[in-house]
Amino acid sequence: MELLYAACVGLMVSCGVFLILRARTFPVVLGLTMLSYAVNLFLFSSGRLSTNQAAVLGYSAEYADPLPQALVLTAIVIGFAMTAFVVILAIRGRTDLGSDHVDGQAPKSNKKVKV
Amino acid sequence: MTLLWIPLLSLFGSIISSMTGKLTRNQSTILTLVMPVVALLIIVSLTPAVIAGEVIRETISWIPLLGIDIAFRLDGLALLFVFMILGIGILVIFYARYYLSSHDSLPKLYSYLMLFMTAMLGIVMSNNVIQLWFFWELTSISSFLLISYWWHKPEARKGAIMALTVTGGGGLALLAGLLLLGNIVGSYDLDIILASREVIQAHAWYEITLILILLGAFTKSAQFPFHFWLPHAMAAPTPVSAYLHSATMVKAGIFLLARFYPALAGTDIWFIIVGLTGLVTLLFGAYVALFKHDLKGLLAYSTISHLGLITLLFGLDTELAAVAAIFHIINHATFKASLFMATGIIDHETGTRDMRKLNGMWRFMPYTATLAMVAAAAMAGVPLLNGFLSKEMFFAETLHQQLLGSMSWLIPLLATVAGALAVAYSARFIHDVFFNGEPIDLPKQPSEPPRYMRVPIEILVLLCLAVGIFPDFIVNDILTAASFAVLGGHLPEFEVALWHGFNLPLLMSAAAVCGGLLLYSQRSYLYKFQASLPSLNAKKTFDNAAYVMTMWCQRKISTIENGSLQRYLMIIFVVVLFFSGWPLLEMNQLIGEKSLTPIDAHNAMGAVLLMVGAVSTVIWCRTRVISLLMLSVVGLMVSLVFTRFSAPDLALTQLTVEVVTIILLMLALYFLPQNSSAESSSVRIIRDLGISAALGIIIASICYALITRPFESISDFFLANAKTGGGGTNVVNVILVDFRGFDTLGEICVLGIAALGIYKLLVNLPLFISGSDSEGRPWAKERYPILLASISQSLLPLALMVSFYIFLRGHNLPGGGFIAGLVTAVAFILQYIAHGSNWIAERITINYRKVIASGIAIALFTGVGSWFFGRPFMTTWFDYFDIPFIGEIELASALIFDVGVYITVVGATLMILASLGQLTANVPKEEVNI
Repeated sequence: MELLYAACVGLMVSCGVFLILRARTFPVVLGLTMLSYAVNLFLFSSGRLSTNQAAVLGYSAEYADPLPQALVLTAIVIGFAMTAFVVILAIRGRTDLGSDHVDGQAPKSNKKVKV
Repeated sequence: MTLLWIPLLSLFGSIISSMTGKLTRNQSTILTLVMPVVALLIIVSLTPAVIAGEVIRETISWIPLLGIDIAFRLDGLALLFVFMILGIGILVIFYARYYLSSHDSLPKLYSYLMLFMTAMLGIVMSNNVIQLWFFWELTSISSFLLISYWWHKPEARKGAIMALTVTGGGGLALLAGLLLLGNIVGSYDLDIILASREVIQAHAWYEITLILILLGAFTKSAQFPFHFWLPHAMAAPTPVSAYLHSATMVKAGIFLLARFYPALAGTDIWFIIVGLTGLVTLLFGAYVALFKHDLKGLLAYSTISHLGLITLLFGLDTELAAVAAIFHIINHATFKASLFMATGIIDHETGTRDMRKLNGMWRFMPYTATLAMVAAAAMAGVPLLNGFLSKEMFFAETLHQQLLGSMSWLIPLLATVAGALAVAYSARFIHDVFFNGEPIDLPKQPSEPPRYMRVPIEILVLLCLAVGIFPDFIVNDILTAASFAVLGGHLPEFEVALWHGFNLPLLMSAAAVCGGLLLYSQRSYLYKFQASLPSLNAKKTFDNAAYVMTMWCQRKISTIENGSLQRYLMIIFVVVLFFSGWPLLEMNQLIGEKSLTPIDAHNAMGAVLLMVGAVSTVIWCRTRVISLLMLSVVGLMVSLVFTRFSAPDLALTQLTVEVVTIILLMLALYFLPQNSSAESSSVRIIRDLGISAALGIIIASICYALITRPFESISDFFLANAKTGGGGTNVVNVILVDFRGFDTLGEICVLGIAALGIYKLLVNLPLFISGSDSEGRPWAKERYPILLASISQSLLPLALMVSFYIFLRGHNLPGGGFIAGLVTAVAFILQYIAHGSNWIAERITINYRKVIASGIAIALFTGVGSWFFGRPFMTTWFDYFDIPFIGEIELASALIFDVGVYITVVGATLMILASLGQLTANVPKEEVNI
């Protein structure tokens, strides 16, 4: 199971990084979201994998490590704030610059998008 | 704490004078004068002790770990400089009152002058070299403000920039030198540094340290070849020049030489560098001064020359030379300040400073002329004046040195030549301006200035005379005290007297005077010769150098920073790849010792779904809606992963965040281009695939290596104390609101800031909305389906109740402020989707910014509350209460903190989505452009 878990994290990192390297804003945002999923899973796994051991006192004999969980919980919420900020920045950028390109060179035909 | 008050008083003076804009000029002047006068009185009260050889010290510990203290000391040298800074400062303030015309702001000039005075006082009284450097930089900045006082004049701006560049650059060298010095000695304490002469000079870094510190001193005191900023700084108002270039700014560099003389001087390299620089500057300045037609230009170059003289004296290998240097510091300050002020009067009364136009001023302003002539004679070194005495000492010392080995006889000769040049330019100052025929088309009819404008000059000229005639009586004490400090505790026998008998120095003086007068009488030949030389414009050279360097940097920057996010990220990823992959290569075995758990069907199923979702997101990344839906599959699977592996809190959070994120991205799709054509070349795709695959493999390997190894966690502490110390059984929530509550406070602040940032980004956003989709089909007219509207409305109370329940149980069971907040937010967002933001806006008139602020405030004040019970920040309190009908319940202060979290999350989430959703509400519904 550990191998499968690690493979999933790796695949998500790959997909996230590939999307982040695209030239338009929306895939970059998607990639960032994907990468933050992967990072959350990675951090979470530093408490090792365990089943049916939720860190609620009195419900099981052994408990999963609660510390990475607490860290990841806030990371999820902050990750949302970051994604939101980036996507709004993309919208603002598109409005102000007239293009959603992040490769530093907008194609001429896209410069003026008609309403 | 008397010493600390000296710079503080002058700083207060700066603030006070900046606030006198509404008062009359006289009131402003008087108010400004109060502080320096008080400071001067304090210093006078300390003087007897310092003269008696005591060193007054005051230290306040500031950053002890870095060895940086706020430390002041007052010894003889500092005392001398403080007297000059305060004394001449007071005279300049008084003088500026009459100099500035009514449409220049006097409070502004005063405020800058006092700031500058603060900086200078700080330099001379610092007992910590880092603090000294701080004040050193403050002089650069405040002199920039002073020189650019008439900022509407381009030459003032350029002069100020040039001065700042040169002295600021020197300041950086000085910082480096002082840091090295601190490292050599092991302390930044000036007392210790001055006492460690042997350690410093034996150290391998001595040469480089010395050169760096000298660079600082030479740039500040305008030594050749850094002299060029000083003439351009003459664009400042004349009172500023009188202050900066007689007693303070340029003397700061000299002060540095004197201050570090006990620690750094005495080696061959010191004598070579300091002595030769001083000699060259002395001759160069004196020569150029002779050819300047501008009065202030003449004084500027003569200042350079005199600074060179003082530097040369410090570079001569005798103790008496250092004494002579200090003596000349005093004398130069007095006669040069009075000359600048006299020039100011001439400029003020005639409207020009050009010596080709100014002639015969004697008839118009005999009184001023007399004063100026006495001061100029002091500059030339005429007997009975102070300049004569120090020049005599200088000539005497040039005879006793071995600076150039067997060629050392050159130095007295060159000194005499420089003396002759000084006599020549002083004679020119006197003869050209006050005699030599009639004035030539002056802009104004000249006359004597206002009575009180002359007072500062009278005082200074009187001082020149008094020192010149009764040197023993006036300066002996302070000169002895200052020399004692510079020479590090021992003093040679010396006698400052008017008459030493017929000797070689007297002969040199006589030769200099005769030679100077001869030079001046033959000046027409000299001018002709000078005119035939190619002219060198320092400003143009400086501008060109600055331009070339700026362009070079600009080119470098634009090669690195080309505006392509892809490129930056690619570089970042490659670096990450390298640094995370490298340690893996040095690891022997990836798999750890922990026993593996078998794969069951559920997990395998989930993993397959997750992988399919992730890969599909990439494959359909150009069909944006599908890609987004696939991403949401991944998000849901992540939430299931958390459920599976014993993290119910995370699963709930992930689920609700997922909902909000996907709704947000859906909305965003509406504002972004709907289709995206293929952008990347195949080569680019292969490269990106390579990078991402490599990174994925590395991260997967690290993850695998991590989770297959057993570990020791600090979490046992949290598990053991959650119930007893935090009063909750849900350990994750107790960590969030209690053990690590401070982190959580920071995190909700970040959330709030992000929401505010988004709000700000969307304010005044020019609408960029298409009325149809990418294929030209108009949006559906029925925007808000009735079915959804009615169901969602009835669901709202239920959803709120659920979130309340989740919130309350959070301390003991999965749930808590974050999750409850997100659930509430989702419930409201559903209303937005079902009814549109206008409908909501009519019904809910809550300002989300205030919601966020109150949430953070509640969380913060819960933490602060524990102070009132004498506990550290964010100590939790909890107890159990027995309430009739409900039973025993637990109340904890952490619950209130969680309320803060809840409110912030609701406010931030709704603000983000509502701000964006609001934009869609303004689209015209019926008229659709196709």
